[in-house]
Amino acid sequence: MKLHSALMAATALVGASAVSAAELEVTHWWTSGGEAAAVAEFANAFNATEHTWVDGAIAGGGGTARGAIVSRIIGGDPMHATQLNHGRQAEELIEAGLMLDLSDIAEEGGWRDIVNPVGLLDSCTVDGKIYCVPVNIHSWQWIWLSHKAFADAGVDVPANWDEFVAAAPALEAAGKVPLAVGQQSWQSSGAFGVLNVAIGGVDLWTKINVEKDAEAAAGPEMAKVFEAVGNARKFSQGTNVGDWNLATAMVINGEAGGQIMGDWAQGEFAVAEQVAGEDYSCLPGLGVNEIISTGGDAFYFPKQDDPAIEAAQKELAKLLISPEVQVGFNLKKGSLPVRGDIDLSAANDCMKKGLEILASGNILPDGNQVLSSDTTSQIEDVMVEFWNDLSVTPAQAQASYAAIIADAD
Amino acid sequence: MAEAKRPIRLLRNMNSKIAAIPMILTAMVVFIGCTVWTVVYSFTKSRLLPKLDFVGFDQYERLWNSNRWLISVENLFIYGVCSLVLSLLIGFLLAVMLDQKIRFENTIRTIILYPFALSFVVTGLVWQWLLNPDFGVQNVVRSLGWQSFTFDPIYDANIVIFGILIAAIWQGSGLIMVLMLAGLRGIDEEIWKAARVDGIPKWKTYVVVIIPMMKPVFITALVLISSGIIKVYDLVVAQTNGGPGLSSEVPAKYVIDNMFRAQNLGQAFAASTMMLLGVLIILALFGLTQIRGRKNAS
Amino acid sequence: MPADNMTVPSGPKPKKTLSAHNIILYGVVGLVCFYYLLPLWVMVMTSLKGMPEIRVGNIFAPPLEITFEPWHKAWFTACTGLNCDGLSRGFWNSVQILVPSAIISIFIASVNGYALSNWKFKGSEIFFAILLFGAFIPYQVMIYPIVIILREIGLMGKLGGLVLVHTIFGMPILTLLFRNYFSGLPEELFKAARVDGAGFWGIYFRIMLPMSLPIFVVAMIIQITGIWNDFLFGVIYTKPDTWPMTVQLNNIVNAVQGVKEYNVNMAATLLTGLVPLVIYFVSGKLFVRGIAAGAVKG
Repeated sequence: MKLHSALMAATALVGASAVSAAELEVTHWWTSGGEAAAVAEFANAFNATEHTWVDGAIAGGGGTARGAIVSRIIGGDPMHATQLNHGRQAEELIEAGLMLDLSDIAEEGGWRDIVNPVGLLDSCTVDGKIYCVPVNIHSWQWIWLSHKAFADAGVDVPANWDEFVAAAPALEAAGKVPLAVGQQSWQSSGAFGVLNVAIGGVDLWTKINVEKDAEAAAGPEMAKVFEAVGNARKFSQGTNVGDWNLATAMVINGEAGGQIMGDWAQGEFAVAEQVAGEDYSCLPGLGVNEIISTGGDAFYFPKQDDPAIEAAQKELAKLLISPEVQVGFNLKKGSLPVRGDIDLSAANDCMKKGLEILASGNILPDGNQVLSSDTTSQIEDVMVEFWNDLSVTPAQAQASYAAIIADAD
Repeated sequence: MAEAKRPIRLLRNMNSKIAAIPMILTAMVVFIGCTVWTVVYSFTKSRLLPKLDFVGFDQYERLWNSNRWLISVENLFIYGVCSLVLSLLIGFLLAVMLDQKIRFENTIRTIILYPFALSFVVTGLVWQWLLNPDFGVQNVVRSLGWQSFTFDPIYDANIVIFGILIAAIWQGSGLIMVLMLAGLRGIDEEIWKAARVDGIPKWKTYVVVIIPMMKPVFITALVLISSGIIKVYDLVVAQTNGGPGLSSEVPAKYVIDNMFRAQNLGQAFAASTMMLLGVLIILALFGLTQIRGRKNAS
Repeated sequence: MPADNMTVPSGPKPKKTLSAHNIILYGVVGLVCFYYLLPLWVMVMTSLKGMPEIRVGNIFAPPLEITFEPWHKAWFTACTGLNCDGLSRGFWNSVQILVPSAIISIFIASVNGYALSNWKFKGSEIFFAILLFGAFIPYQVMIYPIVIILREIGLMGKLGGLVLVHTIFGMPILTLLFRNYFSGLPEELFKAARVDGAGFWGIYFRIMLPMSLPIFVVAMIIQITGIWNDFLFGVIYTKPDTWPMTVQLNNIVNAVQGVKEYNVNMAATLLTGLVPLVIYFVSGKLFVRGIAAGAVKG
């Protein structure tokens, strides 16, 4: 409510004073508690200029929101800025000339020098021009463990995936859901991806997802991964929630032992005022091989006719990547900043672990950067069925998966 | 309408033609034009933007190889058959019940019909809450002492489609009841008297005499129910969002998800064309029975 | 219009005594009412409880402590992202969509029906047949081309675009309704007016309109509930700023910050259902007659 009245006041002020002020409608799908707190950092910073942030949050996760976002852009009624996962989601929109070219301000701000890893900027680049601002690095490769749940079950908090599997029966006996996995398909698919990297190794993952090697996808190494997932899904039975943050809430409350989820889950722990290392633990790469994937969120700016709006769009773009905003936003969001030159001493233990791994260069690209939306959503369909329907055997799921990889472009 | 002077043909009835322009545009541009457009583009490999890159039946091949589509079709079939049979049956039985000169008939009719005023989104959210195993029916029955009671049509993949069915019947059966009641009230009292004189039991009178007489009402109800079945979308989105897994997916959702989420227009168009084909087949069958019925009657 | 035949029971006469038959009958009636009322009861009760009570309590039990906080929150402060203005915005959007959509679609459909029944021209029946067929085409087939049409005329994302879409998809059933009604009016009236020299619009406004109040009310009811309850078109053809209430409801219920607040969700659900429910209870018999007319004659 406070935020709302602050926004109203800002709107009134801006409307009264500035002449060149523009109202920018910004769409995104950050609706959980931690996410909303993070996006408020953007909004407040932008409202502190002469412009106004008009929030267009869309609930239901990226899958739902992207539909609404894309249909508006191609319907000729674009918003002024929008979140998307950079990579291939906006490819065709850029090719159709619907997005604003940000190359000039990128050059001016020296983005190529400050963005780390620079691969993030490459994902924004089409034909040498830059079309988006990366705002954070999100890694999927984490498992979040509830200290309370393991204490209740009378076992130690595991240090890696194998120990977690060993502890699962004790959790079950204590009436806990060992592994919380929300019902939405992207969550099943994400958890699969993390297990894929942890169990199958980075090389296998790269072969399949980057080189689209269908033979590897159908091969015996991958079969091991599917077996492991087939085992893990049994731990997730009884997660009767849809949204990822409700599954995270189960970990926070100690109803679930753990959750495989990207580092945005940290925002929820922060909102619940839990302390890393005391109330919960985080294991990058499931404690097997410490690695982070460098996906993330980026903002795109659909082309507008109005030069005043365009100026404001560029101003917002600059603001999003500016050091202070990067710090404020990423601390709330639980993600890593996209620039290596800022001080994150306020970061908690988990974020620091992430920063160390990032510095060591142990990184891999995110699924969204290498697979098209079409392929991604096909995989999601297979995975959500595999996780939820125990009658689907690992071999069947692997066959469907390999077929999708064979068709992927 | 004989007129003294006959203006040239196009100008005749000019006002009427002008007034009908919105209707003509809707019929030709939207219903015919858009449908043809979609069918044409279903043979292309359009992704995010429609492009005329023809790929023959590739999209259809992929569609029928897609597990999710097969589940959607199967769900629609189960839901369709059950909802058709149950709606007709329940609607008719409720109408018969209300036709027994019971007290408070108006109140009871109001109670049965009010869900029809509510949207599918509202319906889905209410039943999601009511059937939620941790809070709803299952929990309440268990707290009454029946610990092993299991009824979870939200998270149990095997019965989730029946949870949607329960909600749909709750929402729509009132309408069918009203139609049937109107049909029952339209039947001549003499027929009841004659049946009583002949000593035919009441239930038999309904089955043998009344139902055949109400054929037009049944057909109307049938058309109403089936046109609603193929459109089922909001209810699923609100109640289960297709889950758990893919177990409550429906074709309409497959289309929308492919159109906007997966950014594969060609696939979405192929799926919607299949939906259209399904409707055409049903309409054709329906037309056929009508023609045959007329032949038999003459 | 003939006397309302809904209120004159024609079934067999009931016996006055408390027979076994009556006990069973009223038992069934009671059960039926229970099934139809249960969701409403649970919605209201849940919306009046605090979250701690919901967690431990029975969803069917009345609240130990009544609180209106959930209602307040649902209407004024429930959040989606940074927008914490509750359902109120969606409500006003829905009103802004509803009023012009209902008026325009009914006006156009009534003129269509009038032209089709009194001013037939060559081809008019064919267009009408296409229009009726359009009622059976799954919306999914036409959704995407309509996005393109709206883009070309600059109405995508605007309220005007949604008004247009509602006008188009409301046209088949409403046109049918008006056509049948106008065809049922005595032809002498029309002929006399023609002799007096009245033209197309003159007859429509001076003769037809005043005589067709009942059918207009029926059309109003069909459109108001239909448009208010729409989800699919709202979600596709509008943007967050102009979202109708149903879309916003689905958003608020699914945008969870921290814990899922079932009481707020239920209050929001009830608020969304309130408008059509009020229409239903106020218009009562007209509503029944409306859907019966829309359906039986179709």
